[in-house]
Amino acid sequence: MHQLSTSILLIIVLAPLAGAVLAGFFGRQIGRAGAHTVTILGVGIACALSFVVLYQLVWGGAANYNQDIYTWFQIGKFHASIGFMIDRLSAMMMVVVTFVSLMVHIYTIGYMADDDGYTRFFSYIALFTFSMLMLVMSNNFMQLFFGWEAVGLVSYLLIGFYYKRPSAIAANLKAFLVNRVGDFGFVLGIGAVLYFLGTLDYQAAFDHAPSLVEQTLQITQHTHWSAATVIAVLLFIGAMGKSAQVPLHVWLPDSMEGPTPISALIHAATMVTAGIYMVARMSPIYELSTTALSLVLVIGATGAFFTGLIGIVQNDIKRVIAYSTLSQLGYMTAALGISAYAGAVYHLMTHAFFKALLFLGAGSVIIAMHHEQDMRYMGGLRKRMPITYLTMWIGSLALCGVPFFSGFYSKDAIIEAVGETHRWGATYAYYCVLFGALVTALYTFRLMHLTFHGKPRYKVVESHGHDHDVHVHHEPGVLSHPPKESPWVVTVPLILLAIPSLLIGYFTAGPMLYGTWFGKAIHVQEAHDVLAEMATHFHGAFRLGLEGFTGWPFVLVVLGFAITTYVYIFNPPMAGRIQRMLKPVYVVLDRKFWFDEVYQAVFARGGVKLGRMLWKAGDHTVIDGAIDGSASLVQRIASGMRRLQSGYLYHYAFAMILGLILLLGGFWWFGHV
Amino acid sequence: MSNHLLSLLIWLPMAGAIPVLIAGARGSTSRWIALSVAVATFIASVFLLVAYRTDGPLMQLVESYPWIASLHVNYALGVDGISVALILLTTFVGVLVIVGAWDVIKDNKPHQYMAAMLVLEGLLVGVFCATDALLFYVFFEAMLIPMFILIGIWGGPRRVYATLKFFIYTFLGSIFMLIGLIYLYQKAGTFDMATLAALPLTMKEQTWLFFAFLIAFAIKIPMVPVHTWLPDAHVEAPTGGSVVLAAVMLKVGGYGFLRFSLPIVPDASAHYAWLVIVLSLIPIVYIGYVALVQEDMKKLVAYSSIAHMGFVTLGMFIVFMLVRDLHNFDAANLAMQGAVVQMMSHGFVSGAMFSCIGVMYDRLHTRRIADYGGMVNVMPWFAFFMVFFAMANVGLPGTSGFVGEFMVILASFSANPWIALVAAFTLIIGAGYTLWLIKRVIWGDVTSDKVAAMKDINGREAFVLGAFALAVLVIGVWPQPLVHLMGGSIDHLVHQLAISKT
Repeated sequence: MHQLSTSILLIIVLAPLAGAVLAGFFGRQIGRAGAHTVTILGVGIACALSFVVLYQLVWGGAANYNQDIYTWFQIGKFHASIGFMIDRLSAMMMVVVTFVSLMVHIYTIGYMADDDGYTRFFSYIALFTFSMLMLVMSNNFMQLFFGWEAVGLVSYLLIGFYYKRPSAIAANLKAFLVNRVGDFGFVLGIGAVLYFLGTLDYQAAFDHAPSLVEQTLQITQHTHWSAATVIAVLLFIGAMGKSAQVPLHVWLPDSMEGPTPISALIHAATMVTAGIYMVARMSPIYELSTTALSLVLVIGATGAFFTGLIGIVQNDIKRVIAYSTLSQLGYMTAALGISAYAGAVYHLMTHAFFKALLFLGAGSVIIAMHHEQDMRYMGGLRKRMPITYLTMWIGSLALCGVPFFSGFYSKDAIIEAVGETHRWGATYAYYCVLFGALVTALYTFRLMHLTFHGKPRYKVVESHGHDHDVHVHHEPGVLSHPPKESPWVVTVPLILLAIPSLLIGYFTAGPMLYGTWFGKAIHVQEAHDVLAEMATHFHGAFRLGLEGFTGWPFVLVVLGFAITTYVYIFNPPMAGRIQRMLKPVYVVLDRKFWFDEVYQAVFARGGVKLGRMLWKAGDHTVIDGAIDGSASLVQRIASGMRRLQSGYLYHYAFAMILGLILLLGGFWWFGHV
Repeated sequence: MSNHLLSLLIWLPMAGAIPVLIAGARGSTSRWIALSVAVATFIASVFLLVAYRTDGPLMQLVESYPWIASLHVNYALGVDGISVALILLTTFVGVLVIVGAWDVIKDNKPHQYMAAMLVLEGLLVGVFCATDALLFYVFFEAMLIPMFILIGIWGGPRRVYATLKFFIYTFLGSIFMLIGLIYLYQKAGTFDMATLAALPLTMKEQTWLFFAFLIAFAIKIPMVPVHTWLPDAHVEAPTGGSVVLAAVMLKVGGYGFLRFSLPIVPDASAHYAWLVIVLSLIPIVYIGYVALVQEDMKKLVAYSSIAHMGFVTLGMFIVFMLVRDLHNFDAANLAMQGAVVQMMSHGFVSGAMFSCIGVMYDRLHTRRIADYGGMVNVMPWFAFFMVFFAMANVGLPGTSGFVGEFMVILASFSANPWIALVAAFTLIIGAGYTLWLIKRVIWGDVTSDKVAAMKDINGREAFVLGAFALAVLVIGVWPQPLVHLMGGSIDHLVHQLAISKT
């Protein structure tokens, strides 16, 4: 057993940071090529070394790493530090984060080629990689929160990347604030950890976690809440913000205002999965509270089904995928809720690959369509962009969970595991995640059909070479030249992401899902371990894949495919007819269950109204009113006093005598008391 | 010389004001002299940091000379870790306000402005190292004068109203403190603060004294409901005045609690801790909402200051619940550290925010949020700094704004989760008002021709903002040196508070 090298871990974290700083502050000096070179170099180094670390842990026989780098504060016995905990769970996350990030970096060269903010963009995404690595590699709650907020900051900056657009800067404010609602719970959760466990260090906290069972938090005289439940629920509120769980999911669809590469990296593959990672990391604490886990399960399953439904009625290609992300995050959360942490993290990994692929593919389509994102003006693109078409099919089939694709192994396992659990809420959750498979198929195949199949619905008006500005299109669906396949910097990342989307499930499901690959990084009580139960009838990935063809989820996927194919390929007017027929349902989905409207009215406008009221009524009327009132009172007394200063000697003498009497009287009185 | 380091720190800037005045308004001589004096003072304070030993006695670099012998009043100075930190903050800000005002005050008696700043700096250092209560009181009162002048001469259109309100409020508060101090002198026969801290007092006496001190320091810090002088003073003050006011003068209120309320009347403080805690929690929520709807940038930041100072008083008084009811000294240390770190951090962050507003004001001569918009298009470097400081104001980890709030919230949870719940609300509302400001001012398309004509920050402004940013970042990334500097002093204070004096 040898140790991982601290220097390697430091380089993994600092290389992307160095790239970000160079590109950010010296972007003008080093130019566009310089900016993408330094950041890609930084992230490339981090990615390569992450693979080395994973290799050393899994095959090289290295021991888990848990060390502090420096002390952040030491107050009494309380200790916060910057440090790393590297086990298979964090190593897997490091590889996923740096690999997807590297793909996105390369892709960005093509996607952002015409953008003025080119160097700024590279700086941000490299900074994001640094922040995300700090988050997943942390060995304590303080640094976890640092990474947690730092990725939020970068997300804020990137959603508002096109800062001239009013919708973009509204979306980034919204994203930050909704996340802050989550962080509110998260910080209190950390406070609870410190209170009950006396430490901010992961390992020490997990070692003491069993002591939570006897502890309670007194709420009122007769109400006591279990300490484990309090901690778990509060931390989960943080996860609900970051991982966009109902009812804090509203920021994620709006985050699509950001450029597509970051939708892939931040708002699909990595940052939004931070909450999932966090709960899996905290499994020794969550295992102690089935109450909290039931809450996690119900919220996750609700999101998995209902947000997916919204995806069916979206016309913006990125928004469909965004709702799909919400739905898939729901699956992961539901998996956490049934103690199938490995299942959640496993789905996180496969999802990172195929969802990044789908987003980048959508971005490729968007480039070809000259930044048109409305699918109603697409169609028939399959012949014009074959690589994008093919890779997106791989991503779609993986997303739908078609056997042998990576998504099948992760998603079907979650559906089955929920079905075999008997926790409170599990029956409801099972129907949510099962029919979620149908919903997934509906929006996915609808997207594929509208975009790539059928006849083109866009028009090409050749502009005779005068108009080179591809961003300006006055009429929707009118292009100045026909769509064509994207350059290699775009397609190569698509291909490199398609490979794991296709294969990684087949090769890793055995050990990671049904084996003990994660070791002690994930702790499950024996009675809760539904994956271990399922492992008893696991006989290899191939057999599992074959059996998948007879399962309910696959039947639903086929049903979804049949419906969408009929509606969108063979009978296009049908879609409109269904929409009219199911008008109330359509309205509910189109308005997204009115979450935005309610939040806007209650919290945004209500907050401003409340503030105005407090300001006018409190500060102005009551406080300053009292002050100005007393000021005018003083003035009245003073003018009265002025009359006393009459200049007549006997007035003064009288006053002096009066004062003397009062004074003496006072002394006499108090002297006797 | 190191025996007189503290005197040097007080009198160097004050004496330096004389040649600045003599040099006169013409040319830049007076400004260069002022800058040299401020830099020399800052360097001297770095020597102070080096000379201070964290493992040494409680009060170090002590100086004591009879001042008013008949009353046993001494010119007595000394510092502990907390004082050292606050003195560093003062001298650091002292340099930056002089650099910040370099071209801005050029045409309006710049030598007098610089001289007033230097005098103010010396008096503030005096407040932070006086160990005799009367001497403290003299510095405490005297610093009103240069600030009064700064707002009154270089202030905005309603400066007379603002200065009067400012003066009357703070003067009223300190009268009560003076009465309290005279009573203590009657009992102890001395103004020596260490002796007063050890003086046994009945609960009744402590209660009267507690409220006398509370009025004085609550106004200074300021706490709801005696806070309304602050937004007015800030709005009318020149940029440098606002920076010193927010960055250092408000800290004097917090420092007063540390030196008077807590050690001299610990039992009354413990008994009325609930009151101060409630008065600290109210601004975090109430002022947060009020800040949200401000139309004037300076007012917004002023209100935000009040909300942030709520964490200072919360951290200080939550200590009593932790040591007296729960005997949790580690959490108490955490709370007290959080309070003082928050004071330091707020010094840098609010100073920087007001400097940013000053940069904008110098260009457009308006502080109305509605007059700005899309600044990032024309002033990208400025936008970088403004967003950075906004994030520090929001308490983002990695900036100093996070450290104190985090510590206080964590410690509060150990005292009472409901208090932590209310305090943590700042995460939401603080982000709300700060980032909404950023959205309207920094992001978006350029809103007017005037904004379009704005030039990005010059080297001088970049230096000021860069220096603030560095301080914010260093404390945010590695607070341990600061925590260690103050650790011994805070631990001593916390243990002192556990012991009843009655």
